[in-house]
Amino acid sequence: MTIVLLAVSVTAVASNWKKLSNDGLHDPGNPALKLLQNPEESLRVLPPDTTGNMVDWIRALQNGDIEPRSTIKGEVEEEILDLDVLIMGTGAGSVPFIRFPHKAHTEWLACSNCHEHLFKSEVGATEFTMMQILNGEYCGVCHGAVSFPLTECNRCHSVSPDEAARIQKAKVMEEKPGE
Amino acid sequence: MNRNCHNWRTPLFLAVVILLTAWPVQAEYADVVLNEHSEAEGMRPVIFSHWFHRIRFKCKVCHGELGFKMRVGSNHVSMENITAGEFCGACHNGEIAWAADQCDLCHSGKPGLKTGIQGGHETLGPGIW
Repeated sequence: MTIVLLAVSVTAVASNWKKLSNDGLHDPGNPALKLLQNPEESLRVLPPDTTGNMVDWIRALQNGDIEPRSTIKGEVEEEILDLDVLIMGTGAGSVPFIRFPHKAHTEWLACSNCHEHLFKSEVGATEFTMMQILNGEYCGVCHGAVSFPLTECNRCHSVSPDEAARIQKAKVMEEKPGE
Repeated sequence: MNRNCHNWRTPLFLAVVILLTAWPVQAEYADVVLNEHSEAEGMRPVIFSHWFHRIRFKCKVCHGELGFKMRVGSNHVSMENITAGEFCGACHNGEIAWAADQCDLCHSGKPGLKTGIQGGHETLGPGIW
């Protein structure tokens, strides 16, 4: 019994991607279905992840495994910003604080996708809660829908309270030397 | 009696664990069903695959230049828009991608699907995606 169950389990895991004809969304009776690409064909060669599309899209782009266009009409300039933001007030006790990496985001998105309607540019000026994110607001507009899901707590909550305190102290020293 | 209980509990426990951890994924993460008008007008619902499109275009192309809002159901796109080169029609014009006369390639969903983001590996929180 156990062996049979294990075998079933291994078979289910063997492919991360369902065929379109069997994914619960596409109509198997559609004669054009055979013309569409199955996810496995392109996703299995990309850097793996453990969730979402099972693809590490950030790494796929940075490695040059994919070369998505940045513009169709030639209107959008690349605006890569390599700036991490430590978001205070997002950690407590054993929950680490959020480090927000602009680089990974601006490699895919334009500044105007988030600023100023979702997030004000001024650090600390936008208040949001985890419940709002779980409800599809703020970070949750993408995370949980298309970017890695909200089950991956530690990918965002990645700065320990001790480290956050050290960074803040260093920043104060830098801004007000001598204090 | 006790012994019998244990005999069925172990495989049942294993079966539950395996079903929870290895249940085959359903549709691909971030697949979008669009069926606000399709079926009412005699077509299959549209299935939009984010995975296919993001290999070819960055988010900002559609969610910037083309004007798609990042909320399923908030973009009211008609076939007139598309044939006029707006929204999907910016690429689905027979030059960058197949043209709008290839109905079944986009209108490929099962009848009865509701508009929304679908797919496996998804946060099962109180989402409104």
